[in-house]
Amino acid sequence: MSTGAFLPNSFPIVMSTSLNAWSDALSEYFLFGLPVGLVILAALPLVFIALYALTYGVYGERKISAFMQDRLGPMEVGKWGILQTLADILKLLQKEDIVNKSADKFLFVIGPGVLFVGSFLAFAVLPFGPAFIGADLNVGLFYAIGIVALEVVGILAAGWGSNNKWALYGAIRSVAQIVSYEIPAAIAILCGVMMAGTLSMQQFNILQQGEYGFLHFFLFQNPIAWLPFLIYFIASLAETNRAPFDIPEAESELVAGYFTEYSGMKFAVIFLAEYASMFMVSAIISIVFLGGWNSPFPNIGPLLLNDWTTGPVWGAFWIIMKGFFFIFIQMWLRWTLPRLRVDQLMHVCWKVLTPFAFVAFVLTAIWEIYVK
Amino acid sequence: MDQTLSDFGTVFVFLLLGIIFVVGGYLTARLLRPSRPNPEKLAIYECGEEAVGSAWVKFNIRFYVVALIFIIFDVEVVFLFPWATVFKQLGEFALIEALVFAGILVIGLVYAWVKGDLDWVRPTPNIPKMPVLEEDESQVVS
Repeated sequence: MSTGAFLPNSFPIVMSTSLNAWSDALSEYFLFGLPVGLVILAALPLVFIALYALTYGVYGERKISAFMQDRLGPMEVGKWGILQTLADILKLLQKEDIVNKSADKFLFVIGPGVLFVGSFLAFAVLPFGPAFIGADLNVGLFYAIGIVALEVVGILAAGWGSNNKWALYGAIRSVAQIVSYEIPAAIAILCGVMMAGTLSMQQFNILQQGEYGFLHFFLFQNPIAWLPFLIYFIASLAETNRAPFDIPEAESELVAGYFTEYSGMKFAVIFLAEYASMFMVSAIISIVFLGGWNSPFPNIGPLLLNDWTTGPVWGAFWIIMKGFFFIFIQMWLRWTLPRLRVDQLMHVCWKVLTPFAFVAFVLTAIWEIYVK
Repeated sequence: MDQTLSDFGTVFVFLLLGIIFVVGGYLTARLLRPSRPNPEKLAIYECGEEAVGSAWVKFNIRFYVVALIFIIFDVEVVFLFPWATVFKQLGEFALIEALVFAGILVIGLVYAWVKGDLDWVRPTPNIPKMPVLEEDESQVVS
């Protein structure tokens, strides 16, 4: 283990090669009746979501958007505006929490919570490297797709509970869109499952391991894999309400969509949930098609690039970088493509992506049985 | 290790932590934020106008159609996932069976397509007709 070699043995997080050995090492200690190891295991993804949403999610997106439009972006708070997001958080914490008099208070309050918990639960099966995964379920990928879909319930609760016309229209559009695009997305993932023959997220990574780096990734193992890869990427844009599929939040027609009436902390929770699911779909696409936490570098003769960039810490680095890469493409597309109309949106989903997804399904099945 | 929770126990810890995070966030904000409601603040936002009626109206029927088609395909995909994990061992027979199964649903998609259930109302361009004035040019010249 090249990265952990200089660290003392008391750092089980870095040193362990076996899955979550450090979590088991702490299993004698309890916090409110729960094993401390498991609580830390669950708290680390939470800290990751918060840090990533603050830095790359909010500040990074504002800066990248600004540079793409030849602007400077936030420049006032701190050098280059670095502290802008912290200032925003302080503002959101102190902001008065307004709940409409005629809103459905229960749904209004519970909506952001369901949204966030739904996207956070998906992180339970996300492997951050070979030595860190919350729960390596044998149905991990299936569970991740299912639990991310829980956000539909949160969006509908938020939109309906607001008793606001913009919010309700935004919520209905959003639900119709997420639900529709789930079909091509699920069939594209199915193609990945057919190549791997497993649903365990950790197993997906292990299958794409090898000394030739990126050549072991499913995307480069099978020429047909490009089709489900592209279908899943397009559908994941729609599932996270990102441009060009952002009609649920279309600022110019619906104010802000389903979160029009939200302010203060509830608004912050909705945003955190959106950024969490953005990372989740990006991580799923990189695990299924691009090797997850495996290094993309091949070993070339005496240059053992792959061996040098493999290990628990490198694993976390690669999966996070691959996720950030796809999030960068999402931001890039936001300033490149105009928003689709509702009828175009449904046309793309049901008449373009779904038939192509079925074609990819048949071709992958034939490839796996007859060619490979 | 007798204290080891099952994998779904870990997921349950994630669930608890997510709920604690959201509730804790709400409570922290509650300690810090002011609360000075007045009727204008508590009114529904409708671009500065007084809200007309309730927002709880009937949905467009097309959303139900989309939901129905979604359920059919989603159930199909759920059935295909376990098949996908083992189909390489089962070989050709299982492949043909799955193709028949998917084929029936593709026929369903084609049916919905031909019937027009997948078509949404397209906006028709509404160009107002201008009254054509025939003597326009002569008037301008003179």
